[in-house]
Amino acid sequence: MYPDSKHLTEKFQNSIQEIKSSYGELTLSVKKEELVSLCHYLHDDPEMSFDHITDICSLDFPEDEERFEMVYMFYSIPWKHRIRIKARISEEDCTIDSISSIWKGANFMEREVYDMMGIRFNHHPDMRRIMMPEDFEGYPLRKDFPTEGKGWRSTFEFLPGR
Amino acid sequence: MAGIKGDNVTKEVAIGGQHIETPHETRPVLRREEFLLNMGPQHPSTHGVLRVVLDLEGERIVKATPDLGYLHRGVEKLAELETYNQIIPLTDRLDYVCSMTNNYAFVRSVEKLLELQIPERAEYIRTLVAEMMRISGHLFWLGTQALDIGAMTVFFFTFREREEILDMFEELCGARLTMTYYRIGGLDRDLTEGIIARLKKFIKEFPKKIKEYNTLIQNNRIWISRTRDVAVISGKDAVNFGLTGPSLRGSGVNYDIRKDEPYGVYDRLDWEVPLGQNGDTYDRYWIRILEMVQSARMIEQILDKLPSGPILADHPMVVLPKKDLVMSDMESLIHHFLVASKGFDAPKGEVYCGTEVPKGELGFYIYSTGGNRPYRLKIRPPSFIHMGAFDYMARGYMISDIITIFGTYDIVMGECDR
Repeated sequence: MYPDSKHLTEKFQNSIQEIKSSYGELTLSVKKEELVSLCHYLHDDPEMSFDHITDICSLDFPEDEERFEMVYMFYSIPWKHRIRIKARISEEDCTIDSISSIWKGANFMEREVYDMMGIRFNHHPDMRRIMMPEDFEGYPLRKDFPTEGKGWRSTFEFLPGR
Repeated sequence: MAGIKGDNVTKEVAIGGQHIETPHETRPVLRREEFLLNMGPQHPSTHGVLRVVLDLEGERIVKATPDLGYLHRGVEKLAELETYNQIIPLTDRLDYVCSMTNNYAFVRSVEKLLELQIPERAEYIRTLVAEMMRISGHLFWLGTQALDIGAMTVFFFTFREREEILDMFEELCGARLTMTYYRIGGLDRDLTEGIIARLKKFIKEFPKKIKEYNTLIQNNRIWISRTRDVAVISGKDAVNFGLTGPSLRGSGVNYDIRKDEPYGVYDRLDWEVPLGQNGDTYDRYWIRILEMVQSARMIEQILDKLPSGPILADHPMVVLPKKDLVMSDMESLIHHFLVASKGFDAPKGEVYCGTEVPKGELGFYIYSTGGNRPYRLKIRPPSFIHMGAFDYMARGYMISDIITIFGTYDIVMGECDR
């Protein structure tokens, strides 16, 4: 189930680029500059009440002009509806504003996106890698990252055959 | 003369042979400094490989920084290279304590993408097995949490019943840990009469067993003092952090996907969602106990209502043919080979599907550009999300509480790190 998007689209008509509904799910694409104000509205407005953050992830489309796509998923416990927000990011300016000040749970999720896809979050309180070691090079979930890895493992001195 | 650290000594002190005048006031020497403690990753109670860097002031936790990734195996990257059917065994390795519920969550999201209709009997059995797994998962939690806190007998008691459930799973699908029982479009095998009889006997005796566990710890002073008011989180904060499952419901927030977005046959059964009040570990213990009671109630109803019929959807492009036919019929063997190796083409689109597993909401987000494998598969594991609230929930408690605090989420690091 998803919310009535009419009021939402009217309020953010200049920043919403696309509205899509499929499989009973509503997806809004917005400009990345407008993301935080939209998120504030989704969280605070009583009609929306998206108090629960479900997940944040990212997609990589290497052929596209704006290569990365951020995907935010929220759930409203009082209204029992879901929404998905998307924002595109270019490789040259690989940053987006953090929403961890609205949902505290976004802190870890954004760190994971940074670790796996290399997208940096402005105003994030603790922008560090989360799964990979600090000195790991590259971002494993990018489509151009080789499945076998980048040879980092072979630099281990303790491995035989070096 | 300039004072030394821990000023106002009680008697004359000589440092390096130098005589220091004694101040008039007499107070004991105190050293005040913060202490950094690395806990894990190989500590026996860190549930696998969790490392926590603790900033301590005396024995009190000032800050707790979890360091994840010791079990990271790149499951999401691997999934981009496998066909949908081949991903099912990968999901077993996420939450290896409750592997079937991972299978369920994944196959449900693929079925949502394919808009596949599942036969009635398969839906009933799926729900039945998921609830058996929930009992098994909660028994595992109760035993290990009590063991971590220092009570060993509970562990022996809960594992006795868990063993019985695992034996039934072994009879059902031949495996006890990584079961890969669910299939896209249905199930691997049907229930046997033997399992149904064993299950009925188990369910009949289970309330007495729960009473036994409670007798051991319900009013146990040590258990109460080590769990009550430990790892407290308010409902508002729990929602804001994205907590789900018993960790959220312990704080009194009524969010259960089985009720809110019913799947399987949950909407056809009579059951309730237990809620806590204080949001502490003691409440979460009760939530899990009551959830086991509800699961047993559901299993009983399913066994009464179980309809006959097929256990796989009628969709030859997606589901595998029957095993006995594969062994005897050439066409079926070719069919099996094609579905197993080449897979099936999913439509273009994206879906998110959340499932209520014993630990919370396990969700799969699939982005498909067509073809036989996902373009991107994102897993929303409850354990990882819960670790985001760890620092918040641990601050101010004593170092001895830290074991209780990460036990309270029922974390499994395989799922957390993926």
